[in-house]
Parts: sequence; structure tokens; C-alpha cells
Amino acid sequence: MGKTIAEKIFDAHLRDEPFAGTYVLDLDRVLCHEITTPVAIADLEWRGKDRVFDNTKIKAVIDHVTPAKDSKTAMQAKILRDWAHRHELHDFFDVGRNGVCHALFPEKGYIRPGFTVIMGDSHTCTHGAFGAFAAGVGTTDLEVGILKGVCAFRKPRTIRVNLNGTLAAGVYAKDAILHVIGQIGVNGATDRILEFRGPIVEAMSMEARMTLSNMAIEAGGTSGLCLPDMTTVDYLWPFIQDDFPSRESALEEYRKWCSDDDAHYEQVLDFDLSGLEPQVTYGYKPDCVKPVEEMAGSRIDQVYIGTCTNGRIEDLRVAAAVLKGRKIADHVRGIVSPATPKIFSEALNEGIIQVFMDAGFCVTNPTCGACLGMSNGVLAEGEVCASTSNRNFSGRMGKGGMVHLMSPATAAASAVAGVIADARSL
Amino acid sequence: MKKEFGGPAIFLDRSDINTDEIIPAKYLTEVTKDALKPYLLEDLTLEGFDPKGESLQQARVVVTRENFGCGSSREHAPWVFEVNGIHTIIAESYARIFRQNMFNGGMLAIELPKADIDRLFALQRSGSVEISVDLEQQNVLARSSARQESIPFEISPFDKALVTAGGWVEFADARY
Ligand code: SF4
Repeated sequence: MGKTIAEKIFDAHLRDEPFAGTYVLDLDRVLCHEITTPVAIADLEWRGKDRVFDNTKIKAVIDHVTPAKDSKTAMQAKILRDWAHRHELHDFFDVGRNGVCHALFPEKGYIRPGFTVIMGDSHTCTHGAFGAFAAGVGTTDLEVGILKGVCAFRKPRTIRVNLNGTLAAGVYAKDAILHVIGQIGVNGATDRILEFRGPIVEAMSMEARMTLSNMAIEAGGTSGLCLPDMTTVDYLWPFIQDDFPSRESALEEYRKWCSDDDAHYEQVLDFDLSGLEPQVTYGYKPDCVKPVEEMAGSRIDQVYIGTCTNGRIEDLRVAAAVLKGRKIADHVRGIVSPATPKIFSEALNEGIIQVFMDAGFCVTNPTCGACLGMSNGVLAEGEVCASTSNRNFSGRMGKGGMVHLMSPATAAASAVAGVIADARSL
Repeated sequence: MKKEFGGPAIFLDRSDINTDEIIPAKYLTEVTKDALKPYLLEDLTLEGFDPKGESLQQARVVVTRENFGCGSSREHAPWVFEVNGIHTIIAESYARIFRQNMFNGGMLAIELPKADIDRLFALQRSGSVEISVDLEQQNVLARSSARQESIPFEISPFDKALVTAGGWVEFADARY
């Protein structure tokens, strides 16, 4: 019987099987940020084991609250910074060079097909877009990852999600994944791996695939994988051109990770997305999803464009195309946070930043910021935000605040209309 | 070191209780577990539940429904239970990362079928419930003043080994 991509990656990285069904994997990447890593560092120090398994495979960034907003966040950043320097991490990103982890690390070429990746962050599933097994873990798993370069997982069980048809103009990866989560529910893929397949995924850019994979965790998924193809190779080419004589040879190498035709899936779900409308969430769970027309007219106070879900250059281009020549509604606060410095400079060079500013947006530095209600746009009690992020839990952007998740196009249109609005009918 | 399991139970009758409800993100700036102590379940709105109430303060076990601990990977969620003396959670199901975090910290995330969880909730209607856990025998004994329920549970050998070792760091350090 054939194997899924996840099974192939597990096989190739198996260090130990201490008990039947428990797989301890060797890790290619251990990614760190300043919120979940400091406690792991402190614990390693306390145990007298302040070591790292490989300072070329561990990458670290200060991204959640940056530049620091107060003494406590300054201390978290300092703990990570001192540790990164102490162990001479090859890749550590501090203020000015830092960006949202799940946008920054792929952009640097750190994620490759067939890799195993962990991070103390639930949206680590994003990196599955490259055909890597990438999973969010807690601080203890992170700590063992840092010290030993291993992590334990259960036998991978995969749900294959076929996205069939074509997305209509004005409908994006965000709409597709919101729809899928709306259908399978926040518990629909718990402890399962999602494998995104089908013509819609094949036609997607790496940016769009990252949006898709990013939200696998919102259905409970451990990782959200896309199969490596020429789009993957093209994206990675600047980083791998010395390793391969040609793009075709890189593709041939990466293809070996692709799932076999006769691989076993726990479930196969088919979605025909040809008629899909833009999607918006309405409640406090990411599976509370409706077509935009049913939500149109809902009151908003703030619009947030950015995050690891939709803060990439393609997202900013889409939003700017909607905003160009328009002003946002008087009562709306618009905030845009390009996810990395590279994205910020591209947006600057393309005139996109000017479009946002002319429309009345506040442009922040790359950071998670308001996405988790820690800085740069926290909501007051009773306020509502139209957001391109991935999580609408009650209080996520500030106690008593409400978040509607949507695509950058819908968010931009809503900023202009002052209420939730369909970009296609602006 | 192996932890203590069992004690007075608190019942949270809802599915999909997420990590932001267990410990809001604004407290993630703390760098010690103890500092989290006052904020347990601060943002959980649930009828009859008071995050500052006595029943939470006395609780050593949480009984709840499906997909407990969904959302963020923050281990602050199990930690805030740990520093409040709650080392045992009994639910129908868990989010993967939360569940792993519990065992990685040497704590117990017991999974029971819906019918058994219903029995525990029914027991609670006859008064406060005290739960004891026999890890060797893989059995939960729940007592109210009126009656008691004895319920066996499944646990994988790996999870059991983590609890016995005191957590994943101890297990991994001894082995790799
Ligand atoms: S942007 Fe939001 S979801 Fe993404 S890593 Fe940052 S806080 Fe988490």
C-alpha cells in the first residue's frame, strides 16, 4: 500500500518508537518566538541544561509584541535575545529585521519539502504549504526540541481535502479555508493531518497555500499539507539553486515526498468551490461561517489587515486594489501590518503603502500586535473588528471585543463601507 | 516527580472551551508559572460559573465536554491549572496540543466516552463530587453524598510513561 506525504516524512525522520503508535521524530527546524520560548529557556537553565541541539536548525524571532510595549514584554524579548546570542543561533531576528514568524521563516527559505518543523505556536501548520510536516507544540515539546532535536507524535492519520472547481474572481484562499472549516467544524480534524489537494490548490501561489495551511489548526488539524510542485520549487529557487542543477531536478527530488496514488486516507472530503462566495465568520468560533451577503451591513469599528494568515504581499495588493482612490468610513479605524520587513518594502516600492495611507489606514511595523490582543489595535469592550487573521475567539483582540474573520478584499471593502461589505459590489 | 491526582471536581458544561478562555493572551507576558495563578478561566462565560468562586478554588479536577483546550498552543493553559492544584482533567475529547501539553507536564487528561461523562454530570446534580484516580488500575471513582460511579478509562502506554516520569523533559532526557 502507498503512503501519504505525512507517512513518508514520519518514516524518514523516525528516531524511536518507545511504544507502539508513538513516533519520536528527528527535527529539521525548531522555531522560536518570545512568548512561548522564555519559559522553556528558564526551565532548561533551572535544570542545568542550557544547551541547544543544533544552532543552525533553531531559528528565533521576536514578533508577537515588538518593539516591546512595556517592561514585561521587554523582558521576554531580552530573555530570547540573550539566549540566541549565548548559543550563537545563526538566524535570530530582532527589531527592524523581525516579522510575523509564519511569514518570515518561509520567506527566508528555511522551510523545505519533507522537513519536520515544530514551534511553540499553534499556527506552525502554515509551513505545511511547502510539503513539510509542521506542527504547533507547547513549551515542553519546544524545550525538548531545543535540547534534543526530537518531538513525539501519534501515528499520522490524514484527511484528504480535495478543493475542486475554480475560485471565482474576488474569491480567495481565505474564503476557501473558512468554508472548509465551516463545513467540518472546529473539531473536524482534531489530531488529524489535513492534506489539501485538487485543481484549486495546484493553481494557488505559495502565499495562498500558506493562507490555506495556516488555518488547519482552526479545525483542530495538527498540520495542513500541500504537495510540493513547480510552484514550490519556483518560490524556493533563490535558496536552493546551488543544490540542484535545474528546477526540474529539484522538482524530481521533492516529488518523492508526494503522497502515493494508493495511499490510505482516514477520510476523503470533496468540495466543489466553483460557486463559492466570499466568506465571513459571525460568532466566536472559526466554524461560524456565512457568505458575505448574509453578513453585509453588520457594524464594525476597526479593520485589521495583516497577520500570518493574510499579511503577505499578495494580500496587501488585493486590499490596496480595493482601497485605491477611496477613503475608509469616518467611524472606522483601519490598521494594516505588513507581515515582514521584506513585504513592507515591497509594498512601499509598489505604492501600496501610499494607497493605504491615502485611504486613512494606520500602517504599523511587522508584528502580531492586535491579532492576539496584545498591542497595536486592541479592542475596547463591545467593539467589533473586521480582520484578516485566523481566530475569532471571544476576547481574542481585547476583552469584550468581537472579531469577524474574512479575506483582505472583504476587509478592505468593509473599511470603505463602514460595515461588512462585499468587495465585488463596492 | 509524579503528581497528585483527584480531589473535589468542578463541572464545565460546554464543548470547545478554548485556551483564550482558560488563560487570556494578555497574561502571556508572564515568564513564571506562578504569576498566572489568579487568572484561571478568567474569560470563561458559562452559566453558574464564577472564575473567582469557591468551587473553582477548591477544585482539583475539571470535568468537561468535547474538544477542551482548542486554539492556541500556549502551555500557559495547563500551567494555570497546575499552579491552581488541578492536575486532572476529564473530558470527552481534547485539542491535540492541549492534551499533549498536559501529559508533557506529567498531568492527566483523561478521555471518556460521552455516556460516561453524562454519568459524571448526572452525579453532580446530587451534590458536590469528589473524584479519585487510580492510574494503575485505570479507573476513576466519583462520589457524591448520594452515590458513586466507578468508571474505567483508557490511557496509552506513552502517556502513562510521561505521567510516571513526571513529564516529557524527564522522559526524553533519560532516553535521548
Ligand atoms: S499573527 Fe496572530 S495567529 Fe499569527 S502567529 Fe501572530 S498572534 Fe499567532
